[in-house]
Amino acid sequence: MSFLSYLINGISLGSIYAIIALGYTMVYGIAKMLNFAHGDIIMVGAFTTFTVVSTMGGNPIVGILAAVVVCTVLGVTIERVAYKPLRGTSPLAVLITAIGVSYLLQNVALLIFGSNSKQFTSVVTVPALKLADGQLSISGVTMVTIISSIVIMVVLTTFINKTKIGQAMLAVSEDKGAATLMGIDVNRTIAVTFAIGSALAALAGVLLCSAYPSLTPYTGSMPGIKAFVAAVFGGIGSIPGAMLGGIILGVIENLSKAYISSQLSDAIVFSVLIIVLLVRPTGILGKQIHEKV
Amino acid sequence: MKKVVSLGLAAVMAASLTACGGADAPATDAATTAAGGETTAAEAQDGAEQSEAAPSAEGGSIKIGVIGPLTGDAAAYGLAVQHGAEIAAEEINAAGGINGATIELNAQDDEADPEKSVNAYNTLKDWGMQMLVGTTTSGACIAVAAETANDNMFQITPSGSAVECVQNPNAFRVCFSDPDQGTASAKYIGENKMATKVAIIYDSSSVYSDGIRETFVSEAAGQGIEIVASEAFTADNKTDFSVQLDKAKEAGAELVFLPIYYQEASIILKQAADKEFAPIFFGVDGMDGILSVENFDTSLAEGVMLLTPFAADADDAKDFTSKYVEAYGETPNQFAADAYDAVYAVAEAAKQAGVTPDMDYSSICDAMVPAMTQISIDGLTGTGTTWNEAGEPNKDPKAVKIVGGKYEMQ
Repeated sequence: MSFLSYLINGISLGSIYAIIALGYTMVYGIAKMLNFAHGDIIMVGAFTTFTVVSTMGGNPIVGILAAVVVCTVLGVTIERVAYKPLRGTSPLAVLITAIGVSYLLQNVALLIFGSNSKQFTSVVTVPALKLADGQLSISGVTMVTIISSIVIMVVLTTFINKTKIGQAMLAVSEDKGAATLMGIDVNRTIAVTFAIGSALAALAGVLLCSAYPSLTPYTGSMPGIKAFVAAVFGGIGSIPGAMLGGIILGVIENLSKAYISSQLSDAIVFSVLIIVLLVRPTGILGKQIHEKV
Repeated sequence: MKKVVSLGLAAVMAASLTACGGADAPATDAATTAAGGETTAAEAQDGAEQSEAAPSAEGGSIKIGVIGPLTGDAAAYGLAVQHGAEIAAEEINAAGGINGATIELNAQDDEADPEKSVNAYNTLKDWGMQMLVGTTTSGACIAVAAETANDNMFQITPSGSAVECVQNPNAFRVCFSDPDQGTASAKYIGENKMATKVAIIYDSSSVYSDGIRETFVSEAAGQGIEIVASEAFTADNKTDFSVQLDKAKEAGAELVFLPIYYQEASIILKQAADKEFAPIFFGVDGMDGILSVENFDTSLAEGVMLLTPFAADADDAKDFTSKYVEAYGETPNQFAADAYDAVYAVAEAAKQAGVTPDMDYSSICDAMVPAMTQISIDGLTGTGTTWNEAGEPNKDPKAVKIVGGKYEMQ
């Protein structure tokens, strides 16, 4: 019974990684850049909800919507101001800019909210599910997180495969130049990608802090890095890959905490990553790209 | 394309390396997350505030430096130390200063980083510092202690609890050392027969937490306490404690010992409540501050016990607390109280030693060290506190229980 409990907690943690990883993977797939500020957008989302719900006493739904709006606007603005002018220059320049934006967001949050950690009021009010005479208890947040990540995944896949803008995103990810020739507005497509990625980050932030309620300006950075690992693990650029990578990562992390060592769980997670990348350099579901000579 | 990925991975690794090496497990242990631990030098400059109590023209002023993390994720501790010291300096100056000389404070930021702390120390020396109240966190304190011993600069750390912080004869501390806290906790639990089956959840990446755990475990055996689970977490993995709690629950723990800081403890309490796991939670001084976490549901902390030298709403702390709240808008924590007592101890010893503003720091240190072992301070963190030659304070820890969102003395 305890194994099931560890497994479910792992899937829940993994689902949060997965939602964050979706943002990384979409932006990478389309703009070919690693948005290291993604983890901090999560933090901004969580702080927005915190401000609306706990400080202003607003409705949790309003709080979540506010977070989505704020993060979407923020993501698009960051893209416009910091990344777009560097498009076409070396990937290193964009990477460093992304790290810079990440520090900027953290320190602005530090300035506004201070360094004291805040207790995030869970926006999930679903009661815990008790199975097998109360031996197995699944918290409401866990269930909501797992269900939301499945819903997000389905909606996102449908959006990309069935809508015009989704098709445009696919086209841009395959060949920017050819997409331009076909009349696709590449800049607009990339902006939409950032908007979607950041909106997902807002949701991830709310779910993350509902499950693990301590909120500081640095809340997003470690989950952000883990999610990036999950995205690479699953095959960066691939949406099902991000999902799978996130969940596997969460499960490995929790099971190794439970059965091997609570201290070594991170080391084990990263070792698995290295082994997977040695065997499949493009990740589990990544596309094998054969470069032409 | 692959290059970008490998570049990214390299960046991640580099970031996690700095996270391990850079902070060197400061006592505050606060989230040295891979991307969060470092800030730029420019910010360090901005963050380093100068807080000067107006020097009086006649008696001159004795320059005391304060070092602590004023920015970064341990800023809560450094700012508390700075504010506590400021209040003490103001009071002492208003009451006539040290032998007619006023205290002039200068607080520098070290972001809880040993290297930046040594830089801050050098900045203060350039400013003309004569005595040091600092540093705030253990990791940084150990680095600076080596410098002060070299220079023969008098040092008193409010909150550097690692053993090495005061290993040199010129250094003293106000807080308890890590080993003392572990031993005292195990004794308290054993003598009051609170539990026989105890689980520990600790931060293995922090000197502070691991140090307390070690002495707790060795004292526990003699107190008839059985350690049924000893579960770790690290600074990079401190949001999900469900596994650790499950294991403690399965092992049948009646009491969970938490030698950690309150940020993590607040999550543990929440997750334990979700699991309907209700043992006695027992913390040490790092648990102090849990009630001031913004928006924290204090009912989660009902019945939590902790050994802390300071309770903000105790009778003898009321004056200080109200001054602190008025000046800085928040309830003081133990760090503020430690710093307050540190400045008072410095003032008392300096009076006894006949320190004057025109003395250089080395001769001040020579006079201060013997004086420290002769004074007795009735401070916020202990009554009749004295110091031994090893630099350790001699005072009793106070056990408090959280009842109705307030500390209740035991």
